[in-house]
Amino acid sequence: MTDKTDFLNGNVACAEGALAAGCRFFAGYPITPSTEVAERMALRLPKVGGVFIQMEDELASAAAIIGGSWAGARTMTATSGPGFSLMMENIGYATFTETPIVIVNVQRGGPSTGQPTMAAQGDMLQCRYGSHGDYSVIALSPSSVQEMYDLTVKAFNLADRFRTPVFLMTDETIGHMREKITLHSNVEIIPRRELKEGELPCAPDENGVPGFGTFGMGHNVHITGLTHNEKGYPATDSAEIHEKLVRRQVRKIEDFRNEIADVDIVNPDAELVFISYGAPTRTVRQLLNDNPDTYGHLNLRIVWPFPDESLLAFKNAKAFIIPEMNLGQIAKEVRQHTNIPIVVVPKLGGALHTPAELLKAVEVAKTVKKPVTEVRL
Amino acid sequence: MKSEIRFSGLGGQGIITAAVILGRAAALYGGKHVVQTQSYGPEARGGASASAVIISDDPIYYPKVTDPDVYAIMSQEAYNKYGSHVKNDAVMLLDPGYVTSRPACRFFEVPATAEAKSQLGKTVFANVIMLGGILEATGIVSYDALEHAVLDSVPKGTEENNKRALAIGQELVRSQL
Repeated sequence: MTDKTDFLNGNVACAEGALAAGCRFFAGYPITPSTEVAERMALRLPKVGGVFIQMEDELASAAAIIGGSWAGARTMTATSGPGFSLMMENIGYATFTETPIVIVNVQRGGPSTGQPTMAAQGDMLQCRYGSHGDYSVIALSPSSVQEMYDLTVKAFNLADRFRTPVFLMTDETIGHMREKITLHSNVEIIPRRELKEGELPCAPDENGVPGFGTFGMGHNVHITGLTHNEKGYPATDSAEIHEKLVRRQVRKIEDFRNEIADVDIVNPDAELVFISYGAPTRTVRQLLNDNPDTYGHLNLRIVWPFPDESLLAFKNAKAFIIPEMNLGQIAKEVRQHTNIPIVVVPKLGGALHTPAELLKAVEVAKTVKKPVTEVRL
Repeated sequence: MKSEIRFSGLGGQGIITAAVILGRAAALYGGKHVVQTQSYGPEARGGASASAVIISDDPIYYPKVTDPDVYAIMSQEAYNKYGSHVKNDAVMLLDPGYVTSRPACRFFEVPATAEAKSQLGKTVFANVIMLGGILEATGIVSYDALEHAVLDSVPKGTEENNKRALAIGQELVRSQL
């Protein structure tokens, strides 16, 4: 088999990436603007020996892919904001039971049912903090059709390596535009580590990750959302066990922040530096292309865990300019890691920032003194 | 070299399909960088439909069309939306069966819907007739690239009629050059 090129939209590319990564179980409830992911999986999965189920709602969709994962499959669902909200309970369950799953959120305007057909990035903090309790997440943000494919593959590998839910946080713009894409005949697969004989099902290895006791493989495993000991049995009244478990699950991701980080650093000597992820990255790149060697750019392909050390690459930075299709969600995170002034460039309503709007933010950034300044477009 | 092409008309006329076919031709068979986008709303057959293609020799960053070079307009409503701020050196193809206004820029009347019905028996070929017209008016892709992309995209059994549709569109424009 050889690589193939095609002309696809981002949502279809995401589905193709999942199939290339070996995803063989998809459970979902179609919702605009993510529906093409489910449509493509429904069409393609039966032809490769996989299973597609349209569930009754998003709670059930998340539950089904957790079960499918324990049965040994790479599993995925796709949704948008309203469905993502409904999945939060089971996202917490997947996190605490260390279940590898991939959840695609093709973001649209919120809150509530909001703007079904319009692009947004309003779920970035919900993705990080939306379920209850303390935990960490891994979230990716593609800015092209090719990256929809490549980062979906990567999401499955990260989910299995870290035994955690991984989120593909995309948006309507990237989901629905068509570009040329290379579909690889072979993609790198990093499989989850199976539980070894004699190993306790919830005892961590040197990376802080336990072996995976796939159902039906003869392991004695007990899966619970209650606080559990290394055997996997409930141990809800021990402060020590609870704190050790929560801290270990957070550390297994946070200690590997730099390994997980996936960024582009452009013009690190610049004084005015854009930080972006997803669709706004396209506008920033246009500006950089039209004004070579003028601005710096930090593009985040992985937003969570936030790759804070990459901020240090911009040694001459006088301001970070952060265009987001929300009111400045990742800007808040950047603020936690730097004293360099931040220029927040929020845009709501569904339209992508234009190059002219970013130039307006540049003018503000040139004289900025305050820690945080918001540009009203 | 960068060109922006805007397709607009009514849902059901194949507006989006036409844009996808042109994009596919340029991206897969023309060696160009291409981004295709579409207006996306709670729309249905008979409602407004719009799509756009950017074709460039260089990578395309900002994916939205800003000031199209080529228009294919298949409803008066679409003309009302885009026709009044067309730049002077743009070229517009319009279906005179639907569009009564005429722009200030260079334009071609391509009665795609009527010709599809009379020559091919079905109006569904109107969008491919428009593509043949765009090919003749702009040379934005090669004939071979466009034919490849059309044949990739249409149902089996309709290949010959679609090739005829391309030729009809080319001839309709050629007669006005």
